[in-house]
Amino acid sequence: MTATTTAPAPAATTPAPARRGSDRATIYLLLLPSLLPIVLLSVFPLVRGIYLGFTDARAGRNVEVAFNGLANYRELLTDDLFWGAFRIGLLWAFGVTALQFLLGLGLALLLNQPLRFRGLARVLSLVPWAMPPVVVGILWRLVYHPDAGLLNELLYQVGAEGLRTNWLGDFSTALPAVIIVGVWAGMPQTTVVLLAGLQGVPKELHEAAAVDGATAWQRFRRVTLPALMPVIVAITSLDFIWNFNSFGLVYVLTAGGPGGKTMLPMLFAYEEAFRYGNYGYAAALGNVMVVIIVALLAVYLRRRLREVN
Amino acid sequence: MRASRLTRSLQYLALLGYVIFLGFPLVWLLSTSFKPPRELVKLHPTLIPDSATISNYVQAFTEQQLGRAALNSLQVALASSLLTVLIALPASYALARFRTRIGTVALGWVLLSQLFPFVLLIIPIFLVLREIGLANTHAGLILIYVVWALPFALWMLQGFVRNIPRELEEAASVDGASRLQTLRKVVFPLLAPGVVATALFAFISAWNEFFFALVLIKTPELATLPVTLARFVGIEGTARLGPLAAGSLLATLPSLVFFAVMQRRLSSGSLAGAVKG
Repeated sequence: MTATTTAPAPAATTPAPARRGSDRATIYLLLLPSLLPIVLLSVFPLVRGIYLGFTDARAGRNVEVAFNGLANYRELLTDDLFWGAFRIGLLWAFGVTALQFLLGLGLALLLNQPLRFRGLARVLSLVPWAMPPVVVGILWRLVYHPDAGLLNELLYQVGAEGLRTNWLGDFSTALPAVIIVGVWAGMPQTTVVLLAGLQGVPKELHEAAAVDGATAWQRFRRVTLPALMPVIVAITSLDFIWNFNSFGLVYVLTAGGPGGKTMLPMLFAYEEAFRYGNYGYAAALGNVMVVIIVALLAVYLRRRLREVN
Repeated sequence: MRASRLTRSLQYLALLGYVIFLGFPLVWLLSTSFKPPRELVKLHPTLIPDSATISNYVQAFTEQQLGRAALNSLQVALASSLLTVLIALPASYALARFRTRIGTVALGWVLLSQLFPFVLLIIPIFLVLREIGLANTHAGLILIYVVWALPFALWMLQGFVRNIPRELEEAASVDGASRLQTLRKVVFPLLAPGVVATALFAFISAWNEFFFALVLIKTPELATLPVTLARFVGIEGTARLGPLAAGSLLATLPSLVFFAVMQRRLSSGSLAGAVKG
């Protein structure tokens, strides 16, 4: 039995339209326990969050919330810290997503080959995925630790002692260092999805192309890649959103430091809301992030989907 | 397909590189968790501890409040996963068996909800919970985790329901079984694997969750394991790395069991889109 989660299950039995009144009442009764909490704690907060973005709500005096129109957004536009966080968020999301995709695709192609040990590699790749993000952060702090860390010790052992540094504390290395961790944590999932996609590419097409004398690269370009495109579009756009919205991993690794060099938008919003109590301002930032994500996705999806067709 | 010897060698080299990139940090965590304090402050740390000790594991759970945090996490995760399944089961049946507008909207929302940044939700959720007196309580956290896991649980369970042939239910009703009897005797037993998978999923997402727990729980005694571990990082000194590594490994155990159990389904990719920390 397979649970289809990303798309509606292939309808072995088509759902019947509800007709009679008593049936309808039963259906609503069955749905109610799920819909009520979802509306109360997800739809309603979302709407309220959007509204809060247009108010001056602050911690401690949120009773007298006052509508202040676009004031938060005007402030955001001139807030260097926001633009910094925004820029770093994009760098981080693009960096992690691109590397995840490129390495994940290579790996998926590799694991699709009849190689020995590939079973072991597949099982191993589930481990980072299973780890709580906080634990991934702790694990990599141990690797990057300036004194007791694995990386610096490796550099010493191979005679590259000059390269030893405080990876997460140094202005120039902090962002690349956290991006590597993001890739380490997220690549397995991307790989598994791409691998599943690869296994859906019809073998006959490959064989036919091979008979016609196509090289491995040509077969990849002309057969595999087009067939895989829908999966690629789906996973890269989801990865991008997830990465742009991520929080826990970098919070544990650097908490946004040093000097804001790894301050992702979510970390910035968290600080604004729960350290300084600027609820309205942080909510406005959330609104802006949603708009940006939707806009980026619209551009990307239109482009890619046109390529698919 | 034929591959030249050079290609094969390169492929194995790439596989080796991947395994090292993936495995080395894990081995380092494992090694650190068994090191006695004086080895942790050594100038050149070794991969294999000179004298391995389990004192870090003992210490993590006695002195460092990680034991209590683990218990909190266990409570919260168990309650969330039970509640999620109980609530989602009737709804998923309705979604799978009847086509209604509200069902379509609900499933659409499920997909959409994957995309929102939590920061947009966290402030209003924080305010709502405070207004109903559930801020800084496990009950509040459980509620959030249920709502958070529900969309995916609905997707998953209604897929399982759809895979049960409708004819089975019709046959039972022809044999004179009431609707409730049909559900109990025919549908629920066949649904058991789906229920287990859904419950496990809800358990793991609650067990791993960090952001909501960080914001909503203020009392240290109520904090869950990820939050306590993260706080522990903040007061870092080299000697504390041992218990920290030990606690981290223990925090990973439940998810590892989950992934081992679910491995088949995860490799098929159908679950892959949904499990994200």
